[in-house]
Amino acid sequence: MITFDLGSTPVRELNQHLHSAVTDPVHVANPGGRHAIAVGATDAHTVTVDGNVGYYCAGMNAEATVKINGHAGPGLAENMMSGTVHVTGNASQYCAATARGGLVIIDGDASSRCGISMKGVDIVVKGNVGHMSAFMAQKGALVVCGDAGDALGDSIYEATLFVAGSVASLGTDCEEKAMDDEALALLQRLLQQSGATTSAADFKRYGSARKLYHFNVDNASSY
Amino acid sequence: MVDKSWLRESATFPRPVIREIQRAAETGIYDIRGFGAKRTVPHFDDLVFLGASMSRYPLEGYRETCETSVTLGDRFASKPITIDIPVTIAGMSFGALSAQAKEALGRGASIMGTSTTTGDGGMTPEERGQSKYLVYQYLPSRYGMNPEDLRKADAIEIVVGQGAKPGGGGMLLGQKISERVAGMRDLPEGIDQRSACRHPDWTGPDDLEIKIQELREITDWQTPIYVKVGAARPFYDVTLAVKAGADVVVVDGMQGGTAATQDVFIEHVGIPTLPAVRAAVDALQELDMHRKVQLIVSGGIRSGADVAKALALGADAVSIGSAALIALGDNSEDHEAEYNKLGTSAGYYDDWQDGRDPAGICTQDDALAARLDPVKAGRRLANYLNVLTLETQTLARACGKSHVHNLEPEDLAALTIEAAAMAGVPLAGTSWIPGT
Repeated sequence: MITFDLGSTPVRELNQHLHSAVTDPVHVANPGGRHAIAVGATDAHTVTVDGNVGYYCAGMNAEATVKINGHAGPGLAENMMSGTVHVTGNASQYCAATARGGLVIIDGDASSRCGISMKGVDIVVKGNVGHMSAFMAQKGALVVCGDAGDALGDSIYEATLFVAGSVASLGTDCEEKAMDDEALALLQRLLQQSGATTSAADFKRYGSARKLYHFNVDNASSY
Repeated sequence: MVDKSWLRESATFPRPVIREIQRAAETGIYDIRGFGAKRTVPHFDDLVFLGASMSRYPLEGYRETCETSVTLGDRFASKPITIDIPVTIAGMSFGALSAQAKEALGRGASIMGTSTTTGDGGMTPEERGQSKYLVYQYLPSRYGMNPEDLRKADAIEIVVGQGAKPGGGGMLLGQKISERVAGMRDLPEGIDQRSACRHPDWTGPDDLEIKIQELREITDWQTPIYVKVGAARPFYDVTLAVKAGADVVVVDGMQGGTAATQDVFIEHVGIPTLPAVRAAVDALQELDMHRKVQLIVSGGIRSGADVAKALALGADAVSIGSAALIALGDNSEDHEAEYNKLGTSAGYYDDWQDGRDPAGICTQDDALAARLDPVKAGRRLANYLNVLTLETQTLARACGKSHVHNLEPEDLAALTIEAAAMAGVPLAGTSWIPGT
């Protein structure tokens, strides 16, 4: 175990270490809401952060496993390529924006635009998500065990959304879809991987109506 | 045949305007096209160099040295890049351009020791492999974005906007979304692909500062970070970019090209390159950051005269896009017959968005793309860049400068009141700078 106390050690030293092939478990103390903690990890590092983190924690990681015992600021795990990020508290806006792989688990709530432009990541939020979540979501799955805010899945492409609670409103070109066997298996796998206890039977599935895939002037009122 | 010589055309409704109204009435949709603004705007043509005279002596052409190298990104990055000429290749995406065209851009730029730039859609192996210096654009869509490519880049350019459409996103139409393009963008083949108009995970200059910090951490503070803005409010945008921590600021004027944008956007949003340069330099000088944060200017650069004038106004380098494509072979008379079939003509072709480019540049059609030989096209680009450099040196020597960066506003005069006011140089034959 290697400890980086960010109360006395710059974030730079932590990230430099995570860009090496030394994969001994890393403990981060006193994160103090600092930005860009544990970003750009290039190997199967295991990082535990005790406390709250600022912007872009775990951004662009590949293969790493990051657990944050606290809350996360905006842009958590943005453009993550693979690996796992687990936040025991809440996550601020843009959680997992444009992320291309891996699994993000939020035990609490995620704010607005969770999963914006997601490109292959899977996200499980055990609480609620804010408005415009999964905006322009391309690939991957967003599981919301609680409620979703307004305009869920606006302009969505091929991502799959599951919500157990209420949906304030669906965004443009997002519609409810049948929970077929393939989708159910995906949902059950993600619930199991994330440790979520909500029953798969409680979820509804949403996805793209694919009406905006080709520009058509007759859809102008939708844009 | 009617004799039209005596017919009077309306200045308000000339034939292109009438045709556009008819087209709009027929289709119900605005015109989307490539290229840049076609309207006449104040430009570098409205400035002249004064040259040497009694008070200044010139340098001898072909004998006395006039340096052209430029170092970019030495503010914070530990590995700044030094290019041999003050002309770079602007960001243009694989998707908008064929792989052959991207390779040709890399080849031509590398021959001349300068940089080329990716675009929306990520980095292709062809481009990386042939580019001595490759700038990786960090765009709102983040198509193809990955940290491995980020670390392969020689510089990172955070794109806030571009001159053809400040405040606008983009749309790559389905006919250009081949299997390869779609795969790089994590989207289905053949659908229209929207490029977002703003970044998904930051808004405003305070967030940008944190975003830059993240990118520096990921690249171990080695890679220069540029911030590119469309010329809208250049004084304030440059100020904010510098305060956010940019190593280099790129300002793209309204004449800057695009692969696909609404005509109304291209022609009516943003300000010309000429006033944008001066405002950007004013901002850098006010911050005491001129020459510490480098300024790259783009938008309508065509000749060494344009390069020299931009540098004289305070830019560190310029960037070319449309002119580079023309050098590769775009709008060549060689394709006149095929342009005619598309309802246009060499010199007018601007449907870069629809994927049927006879020159094989703005297309993803394999047969069309195969027409462009990357080696020959790269050589053409290198030749053109060489001419730009020689012309710039010629003008600099005439002003007595041993480095192109020694050109200064005092070497210039304006031919119009508008240009004098915008560029902040005297109207020719006077000492009058309007607005001062």
